[in-house]
Amino acid sequence: MASAASRGLASCHVCGLLSHLHAQHEASACPRCRARLHLRKPGSIVRTWLLLILAAVLYIPANMLPILESHSLLENQSSTILAGIILFWKGGSWFVAALIFIASIVVPMTKLIALALLLITVQRRSRWAPQQRTQLYRMVDFIGRWSMLDIFVVALTVALVQVGALASIKPGAGSLAFGAVVIVTMLAARTFDPRLIWDAADYQQQEQEEEHG
Amino acid sequence: MLSAIPGCKGPKPHPTVNTSTDHIHPHASATPVAEPAESAGRLIACRDCDLLQQEVRLARHADAHCVRCGARLYRGTRTGLTTMLSLMAGCAVLMVVANLFPIALIEVQGAWSQTTLAGASLALWQNGRPLVAIAVGATTIALPALEIALLLYLLIPLRLKRVPPGLPMAFRLVLLVHPWSMMEIFLLGVLVTLVKLGDLATVVPGASLWAFCGLIVLFTMAASSFSVRDFWRWADSAGADWEGD
Repeated sequence: MASAASRGLASCHVCGLLSHLHAQHEASACPRCRARLHLRKPGSIVRTWLLLILAAVLYIPANMLPILESHSLLENQSSTILAGIILFWKGGSWFVAALIFIASIVVPMTKLIALALLLITVQRRSRWAPQQRTQLYRMVDFIGRWSMLDIFVVALTVALVQVGALASIKPGAGSLAFGAVVIVTMLAARTFDPRLIWDAADYQQQEQEEEHG
Repeated sequence: MLSAIPGCKGPKPHPTVNTSTDHIHPHASATPVAEPAESAGRLIACRDCDLLQQEVRLARHADAHCVRCGARLYRGTRTGLTTMLSLMAGCAVLMVVANLFPIALIEVQGAWSQTTLAGASLALWQNGRPLVAIAVGATTIALPALEIALLLYLLIPLRLKRVPPGLPMAFRLVLLVHPWSMMEIFLLGVLVTLVKLGDLATVVPGASLWAFCGLIVLFTMAASSFSVRDFWRWADSAGADWEGD
C-alpha cells in the first residue's frame, strides 16, 4: 500500500485533485482550483498543539465565569454553564438539560482530550489502531460546531428578555470565553492532519519492503 | 512542474476502491453508470490517510470509500446543475424572508417582546459583548448568506454555459465558509430558548421561524447532494480551462 506522498503526489485539500509535486516547488498551486498544494498540512503538529493549549486555558474561565447575569433591585444573579444545566434539570426539563450538558460540557472536553491523544500518538510515531484514531478525528471534526448551541441560547435569551428598568439580563464574560473555546477547538481540528496517523505505519512498511527487496 | 494525472499513467496504483452501496436504491444496479468513462481508472489519494487508489465508476447516489480508513473518497453524481441551482434560489428567497420578521415572541404580564434573527446578535452587541455578537452574526447570517450568494454566482453562469470570473477562488471560498455556517444549530438554540422561557412567559414562534426551518431543509438538501466532482464537471462542460487539462 503506497501513500501519495511517498510517490511525490499531493492531493489538493480543497478539490481533491491529485498532482505531481516536486520538492523544489514548495509554493505550487492546484492546477484546477489554485489552492496551495502540500504533501501534509504545514506545521500541523505545532499549530494544533498551540490552538489546543489556548482552548484548554480558555476552557477554565468558560466554566468558572457566569454565562448569563441578571440584575434586579432585589438581587443579582449570575449563572455559569453548569448552573444553567442544573436549573433546567431541577425545573424538570431533563431533555434540554441533557442536550446542553452534551453540547457544552461533553463535546468540548471530548475534543480537547481526543486531539491531545491524537497529537501525542502521532508524535510518538505510534502504530496503534490507526483506523480507530482516524475515526476519532472525523468525529471530533464533525461534532465541534454543535457546542455553539449555548451561545445561541444566551443570545436569544438576552434578546427576548427585556425586563425593563427594574431588572436586566446580560451576557456574562463566560460567554466570550466559551465562544472562543468553540472557535479555537474547531480551528485546532482543521489544523490537525489525519494523514500523519498513517505515516508511521507507512514508514515502517517501506523499511520492511526495502529489507526484503 | 505540475500536472494532473491523466489515465493510469501514475505509479503502481492500489487495485480498487470499494464502493459503498448503502445509499443505493434497490434497483440501482439496473440504472446506467452516471460517471463519464474517462474518470474511471484515474488515481486518487485518500484525504484522511493518503492511500493511493484507483477511481472506479460509480452508480448514481453511490459513494466511494477508502479501502484502508473508510473515509469517503468521492461521490457519484447526485443532482443535476438545474436542481442545485433551484435549491440555491429557494435558499436565497427564504434567507430574505427569515430575516424580515420576528423569529420568536414572548409575553410576560401583558408586555410583549420579540426578536428577529439579527436581533439575537444585536442584543449581544448592545450588552457589551461585541466579539460574541460578531461570532453569532457571522455563523447565523453573514456566512450562510455569503455561501448562498457565492453558489448562485457560480451556478447561474455555469447553467448558461459560461464561466464566471474568479471561479477557482469562489469555489475555494464556498468550501472554506461551509463549516462555519451554523443555521441548524441556531434553530436548536431557538427551540431550547422557547422551552427555557416557556415556564416564565407565553412564547410564540415568529413568522420567520417557519421560513428559517424551510431554509435549513433546502440548505441541508443542497449540501448533502453537492458533489465536488459534479461541480468540476459542470465547470468543464461550460468551458473552464485549467492548466492541467
